[in-house]
Amino acid sequence: MSIHVGDSETAKAFPRAARELLGNEQLRRNVRRATDTIRNKRALVVGETPDWEELRESARQIKQRALRNLDQYLEQFEEACTRAGGVVHWARDADEANRIIVGIIEGHGEKEVIKVKTMTSDETRLNKALEAAGITPYETDLADLIIQLGQDKPSHIVVPALHKNRAEIRELFIRKMGLPGLGTEPEDLAAAARAYLRERFLRVKVGFSGANFAVAETGSVCVVESEGNGRMCVSLPEILITMVGIEKVIPTFQDLEVFLQLLPRSATGERMNPYNSIWTGVTKGDGPREFHVVLLDNGRTGVLADPESRETLHCIRCGACLNICPVYRQTGGHAYGSIYSGPIGAILTPQLHGMEHAQSLPYASSLCGACYEVCPVKINIPEILIHLRRELVESGQAPAMEKMGMKAAGFAMASGDRLGAAEKLARIGQPFAGPFVPGWSGSRDLPEPPKESFREWWAKRK
Amino acid sequence: MLISLFVACYNDALFPETGKAVVRVLERLGHTVEFRAAQTCCGQMHYNSGYHSEAISLMRHFLDVFRGAQTICVPSASCVAMIRDHFPKMAAEAGLEREVEELLPRVFEFTELLVDKLGVTDMGASYPHTVTLHTSCHSLRALQIGDRPERLLKSVRGLELIHLPGSDQCCGFGGTFAIKNADVSTAMLAEKMDCIRGTGAEVCTAADNSCLMHIGGGLSRAGARVRCVHIAEILAS
Repeated sequence: MSIHVGDSETAKAFPRAARELLGNEQLRRNVRRATDTIRNKRALVVGETPDWEELRESARQIKQRALRNLDQYLEQFEEACTRAGGVVHWARDADEANRIIVGIIEGHGEKEVIKVKTMTSDETRLNKALEAAGITPYETDLADLIIQLGQDKPSHIVVPALHKNRAEIRELFIRKMGLPGLGTEPEDLAAAARAYLRERFLRVKVGFSGANFAVAETGSVCVVESEGNGRMCVSLPEILITMVGIEKVIPTFQDLEVFLQLLPRSATGERMNPYNSIWTGVTKGDGPREFHVVLLDNGRTGVLADPESRETLHCIRCGACLNICPVYRQTGGHAYGSIYSGPIGAILTPQLHGMEHAQSLPYASSLCGACYEVCPVKINIPEILIHLRRELVESGQAPAMEKMGMKAAGFAMASGDRLGAAEKLARIGQPFAGPFVPGWSGSRDLPEPPKESFREWWAKRK
Repeated sequence: MLISLFVACYNDALFPETGKAVVRVLERLGHTVEFRAAQTCCGQMHYNSGYHSEAISLMRHFLDVFRGAQTICVPSASCVAMIRDHFPKMAAEAGLEREVEELLPRVFEFTELLVDKLGVTDMGASYPHTVTLHTSCHSLRALQIGDRPERLLKSVRGLELIHLPGSDQCCGFGGTFAIKNADVSTAMLAEKMDCIRGTGAEVCTAADNSCLMHIGGGLSRAGARVRCVHIAEILAS
């Protein structure tokens, strides 16, 4: 298995990574400002959609149906896509997917590829594999370009450079594009990126994209975006390669009606994405003359096998859970040590990647429930976090001290008498133990211990 | 009406005044309160931390203790959320579906009990202070208790209720989260404390002492003069 969800095998545990990031005031300001803006926009456009809850429920049911019959829908997709002139490849894992993609590009003797924003290729570390084969990938999504130029890591699944502000981006462009006189306005930065990218759009012969949805019924692939750079990548090159996580398949074309209402509102607070590209195979004289789809498993069937958490695969990568999350708000995405950050990353990473590499992520949540409330496909993230914690405990991976504490508390709470006795003991012990609880007392005082417990007061009262 | 009090383990040990206040309010309204001394804990800490077999034992104990109790009052929204949202799932594992199904309609969070079951918003309380309300995540999202706490507070003589900005955002407590992720929890708390201090209120209240312990501990450390008081104690005054 070659699952590369991110760098989580080398990543620090969440609390440690978070502690370091909490010291970066500029980054935290950038994250707060960006997430506030998106979540306010989202709230407005969701508020004006009277059937929002019905849409969410429809989406949940469509995804549930798709996953329940995934084998059939994938084969139906393959058949329809092939009929329309596409070539479908099946990749068990990241390495196999990368080999297929490199093979296609090498087969044409090409050395460059222009890319639409896609998390899936971050997951497979495609760019590394391309570079190793002497092929240069160009990210064309503005934010992904910023990440690529800065050799940075994405900190958000929709807005990967959300942790950077305009001044930081300008400085990067000046350095990497050789533009000493670059202006400071957003238009100046956009114009610089446009000039940089336009030349590549017109020259490079191979395009690469991910997919927001793959329609089994028609074999169509759908990508939504805001900049139009994705549209360039899927329409200008001669050869187009699209990698699709197998969970992205939906049964019918009509199902898009539900998702294309939910996704833009949830992701960017827009009623509709500025660019919705849907294409089916190849069309003579229009767009790429060769179209490949790589269907990627990379751990997804393993997630599907667990009935308690398989709804994780409903995710349409809108990022609403990141924008609303009070934990993500404090740290940004890098603390999660995975390309999938925030609440969805906290459940997806351990499941895709294996718990031993991401043990701290199921605990990186206060279980406040805000993520579940905004999720457009109704993934019960808090419940899945608890499920993953349970897996850690029951497979003996929980810390020994915690286990002892929990067992002791369970023992004390087995009866009212025991609890009463434990309360008394704690009160007697407190002056000796001191008012210090590790982890708590660094920033918070403990409450003044009462003279008697409620149960003691009650017993006297009667 | 005979009302059985589930005071919640941490209220029993750390915040007995809240339990006493609930008793005072209910008795003032002419009801009889019973306290079944065998009661312990709803099991939330164990459940949320992944210790399911311990949580199931505690649920079993809860069912035993409150067998036959017709109306159960809980001055802790998060315990009620535990019972309503998670008992059914554990019941399916433990073969206790019927018992839990029968239990759920009898369990009321304190402000729910007053407004919905007993139909009162004015207890004749008097509390001449400025107060801001922290809507805990469990009361807001799990129980959806809506404006019940506000309606109760607005009926209190002399009380001036000041809106808390960002009230739908978690305070950063989250049970063991506050310890396992102390730094992030503290950063979340700092934002909450800024909002609370910004209201200028003398008192911050909530339907959960768990959040209030965390918020109050932070305010005390910061030397702020805002006090944290459970809503039952305001309604009992």
